[in-house]
Amino acid sequence: MELNAWALVAVGVVGAATFYLGQHSSRMANSTHDFLLARRAVRSQRNAAAISGEYLSAASFLGIAGVVLKDGADALWYPIGFAAGFLALMLFVAAPLRRSGAYTLPDFMEGRLAASRRIRGFASFVVVLIGVLYLVPQLQGAGLAFATVLPAPVWVGATVVALVVMVNVVAGGMRSITVVQAFQYWLKLFAISLPAFVLGAVFVSGSAGPHSGGLDAQAPPVFPERTTVEIETPVMLQVDEATLLHADGTVNGAPAEGEVFWSSEVSHEVDAGTTLRFDAGTPVPSVEGSVPDNASWLVPGSDGAGGLVGTYSLMIALFLGTMGLPHILVRFYTNPDGKAARRTTVHVLLLLGLFYLFPTMLGALSRLYVPELLVTGETDAAVLLLPSAMLPGVAGQVLAAVIFAGAFAAFLAACSGLVFSVAGVVATDLLPGSVRDFRVASVITAVIPLVLAVVLRPTDLSLSIGLAFALAASTFCPLLVLGIWWRGLTARGALLGMLAGGGLVLIAFGLTLAAGYTGGSVPVLVQRPALVSVPVAFLVMIIASKATQRAVPPGVGALMLGMHAPDPLGFVQDREIPRFGRAEERLRFSKRRHEER
Amino acid sequence: MWRAKPASLTDGAQSGKLPSAEQADSPTKPKRQRVVLADSRQQKTGIRPRVELAQQTSWGEMLIKDLIGAQLRLGLAIGLVVLVLLGSLPVAFVAAPGFAELTVVGIPLAWLLLGVVPFPLLFGAGLLYNRIAERHERAFVDMIEN
Repeated sequence: MELNAWALVAVGVVGAATFYLGQHSSRMANSTHDFLLARRAVRSQRNAAAISGEYLSAASFLGIAGVVLKDGADALWYPIGFAAGFLALMLFVAAPLRRSGAYTLPDFMEGRLAASRRIRGFASFVVVLIGVLYLVPQLQGAGLAFATVLPAPVWVGATVVALVVMVNVVAGGMRSITVVQAFQYWLKLFAISLPAFVLGAVFVSGSAGPHSGGLDAQAPPVFPERTTVEIETPVMLQVDEATLLHADGTVNGAPAEGEVFWSSEVSHEVDAGTTLRFDAGTPVPSVEGSVPDNASWLVPGSDGAGGLVGTYSLMIALFLGTMGLPHILVRFYTNPDGKAARRTTVHVLLLLGLFYLFPTMLGALSRLYVPELLVTGETDAAVLLLPSAMLPGVAGQVLAAVIFAGAFAAFLAACSGLVFSVAGVVATDLLPGSVRDFRVASVITAVIPLVLAVVLRPTDLSLSIGLAFALAASTFCPLLVLGIWWRGLTARGALLGMLAGGGLVLIAFGLTLAAGYTGGSVPVLVQRPALVSVPVAFLVMIIASKATQRAVPPGVGALMLGMHAPDPLGFVQDREIPRFGRAEERLRFSKRRHEER
Repeated sequence: MWRAKPASLTDGAQSGKLPSAEQADSPTKPKRQRVVLADSRQQKTGIRPRVELAQQTSWGEMLIKDLIGAQLRLGLAIGLVVLVLLGSLPVAFVAAPGFAELTVVGIPLAWLLLGVVPFPLLFGAGLLYNRIAERHERAFVDMIEN
């Protein structure tokens, strides 16, 4: 890819603004409490923007358009699930969790279930696991995006993002992160909506140059002009009809040079380093397992009952997984009280709904203008390449740079949120918990995923993010929902339920990963295990709690009262204030809580 | 309890007006503080039911259980409606291919139903839940305070 100088400028501007905002507001943070909880005085609108900013990761910004390009209408469930997760969070978790005074899940387990240190340690381990599962694809996405726009190897992008995040988290703590995240939400909204409007207008006016054929055609998209595709990672390709192409490299295990004829009966294995050349009008081959022709791409449910199971499983994972994401929960604690937590979530639903209108549109346009991504399998690069393909010249480059800036903001926001929250858990549970420990922990939590991201094979962003959601939905969702609404939950029951649900997801993850390396395929419920693992986790948790009913903590009545009594009655438990705050600060908090009504 | 707090106009209404010129004081002067002996707001809350709640008497227990039940039923009801509305779409698309292929002004209906409609629906559900949940809580507070 040739250098897009505008993209460099865009990254520079985003990086500088992030750094400036982080530095500017970190001057005011000095005690541990300030550092971790932003004095709990973050207004609900800004907090909502910050939550949305943190939530809109590479999977939302690049991944959705990528799966839409590949899978079509069935991929639209991703944005729906990403947004619906906040509704579930609001209905069952937001206000009571805020009033419980816990700001991490291990905290909640200890406070609600009087869990032993060992069980708390297990919860911390799951938090770290989810954090890493979520961080790795972010950093891989960063690598892909940098390699797409700049002449840089894949590890450069991941390292740049990890470094900026580390500096920002280490230097500022939560308050600076709040400002930064809120800023990044608006930046991302701008960076996705401007290209969507411009490219939409270009498309409607018909001045966009040749495209790949009607989206409702009964045939695969065709290359609008002679196209050369370089394969960088080995892929299995399928064609819908017999296809003639030029290949230079290794195809089906044998060296190939010159014209090749592909039949539609079998899949074709293309090794890394191979160059394929297609003449104008050739149907576009696609990665094995994706939707080949446009007509079934356009219509949802075209893959029958198996697809139905997959769709429902995905819905369950995304709907219930959001509440278990560590970086989202910690942010809810910055609301002054339970009522504010609920209001914040309503704002979040609005902001996310606004954002998710745009990636779908860009994904559909990319099926018309960048079909060659179906060949390389790098569909996540679709939004980045679309502007140059539709608008040649400077205009396209500038738009691409705007999108790249948004993508960069997405990596930064999601990664800093995750690193911040996972580091918080590591610092308080595995280290003594001072500001210095927190800094050490954040460096560790950024470096481990970075190493994994460089070493592991990149899979599709949305798929691997889906697994992180499935893990959260099968462990922390039952813990939170039962812990908040059912008196009978015991620590032992919670532990067993999390082991059962989390274990199933991890086994499924291992099988999928192994199948990816050996080239085999796995059933849909292994790819998307939530439909099984979430009910199992709930059931095990309930049955095991019933069996250990004597272990229900004695103070459970007071805890339920604290979580559910309306805020003005003053039963809210702020466990962190006696630990960190000074007397007059406590007074200020309690006063502010009343004034904000 | 001694408690210092900055003067504000709403407080002034209760215990003598403060000179409004105070707002325009020179910045070098420390801001004037008013000292009150007790927080008047605390006393508005009825002592008796609060104690019952805090001490988990059977009556207090019953009150809070009612509130928890009401909030849980509300959450489940709204969650269920949204789930049924969204969850019936995949089945409908598979069961009735003709429905999946409908178009509205050139845009496939399925893309509108999946790409646009869910977001206002989710926001609306959130707004509704927030309103009713806050009403439940206000009613509970009113009951405790009177």
